[in-house]
Amino acid sequence: MTSPDDPGRTYRDTALRPYVLTKGRARPSRNTISIDTLLIATDPAPSLPISAGRQERALLAMCRGLLSLVEAAARLELPVSVVRVLASDLVDSGHLTARAGSPQSPQLSRDLLQEVLNGLRAL
Amino acid sequence: MASGLSDQYLPGTVTKSVKILVVGSFGVGKTTLIGAVSEISPLRTEETLTQVSEGVDDLTGLAEKRTTTVAMDFGRITLNESLALYLFGTPGQRRFWDLWEGLAEGAAGVLVLVDTRPGRLEGSFEVFDQLEIGTQMPFVVAVNHFPDTVRHSVEELRTALDLLPETPIVDCDARDRASVLKVLTTLVEYAVDLADGPAPAPAPAPAPAPNILAPQEVVS
Repeated sequence: MTSPDDPGRTYRDTALRPYVLTKGRARPSRNTISIDTLLIATDPAPSLPISAGRQERALLAMCRGLLSLVEAAARLELPVSVVRVLASDLVDSGHLTARAGSPQSPQLSRDLLQEVLNGLRAL
Repeated sequence: MASGLSDQYLPGTVTKSVKILVVGSFGVGKTTLIGAVSEISPLRTEETLTQVSEGVDDLTGLAEKRTTTVAMDFGRITLNESLALYLFGTPGQRRFWDLWEGLAEGAAGVLVLVDTRPGRLEGSFEVFDQLEIGTQMPFVVAVNHFPDTVRHSVEELRTALDLLPETPIVDCDARDRASVLKVLTTLVEYAVDLADGPAPAPAPAPAPAPNILAPQEVVS
């Protein structure tokens, strides 16, 4: 993995535009997938249809262990917005399982904040 | 991908995650701070800014529409067997947060990293306006100490940054794990206090302190 601080790391582009990867969609099929939604491949994993793209296969392979959407995107070097669409499809098709990321509310509950605080103090 | 990736996965028992935003201007040390406490090497993701900048950047006279690539660095701390904390470093302006949909939604709080060396503080004002007016998120201000940072008292900084009396202001060394953990703990303690109920009536505004943006003598 290249470090973000690596001076040799510069913006790269590919001939394949992001909208090709998402089949023209800018929005995922479900809006419950957030930047820190946790993803893991469903076990046992149903095989992907033969029409699945390289990026979908790479995402599914990346998610053989538990990690967040944004980590998967960074490691695959794809935009988060693209991976949201791909991940959403794979959840719909039963290949990926999503665990809720942070609550979809403006403020966290006191209990959750206290749990974070306890965790930080224990480090 | 490297074979070492298996170390980078979360324990399978983790079921929920929490975000803290680390905001500050370019070069203030956001990625250094994240790297000091993250259990993974900080990762970077990039998005292309197009319509978000409409009405902000003057495109008059440009032959074609320009896009800007905005990077976000982030790291992770597993806090207990079921909870992971993500730290996201982004430029301060709200339009950059909005680029990553859902980034600010449900965040535990915001750590604003500032550089108080001469000429470096101005970029922070827009951040505070956004935080005080545009969000309900608790935030703390952490002053990253560079070798040539002149120390200012908390009240001087509060006045110079025009912060509310209850907003915590702390010193930190973004390279030091213990120092960064202390700042994060301060932020979440403050968030817990706010969740407990309305803050006590604010103290009277302190007397005006010298303008720290101007060159001045060292204050110990």
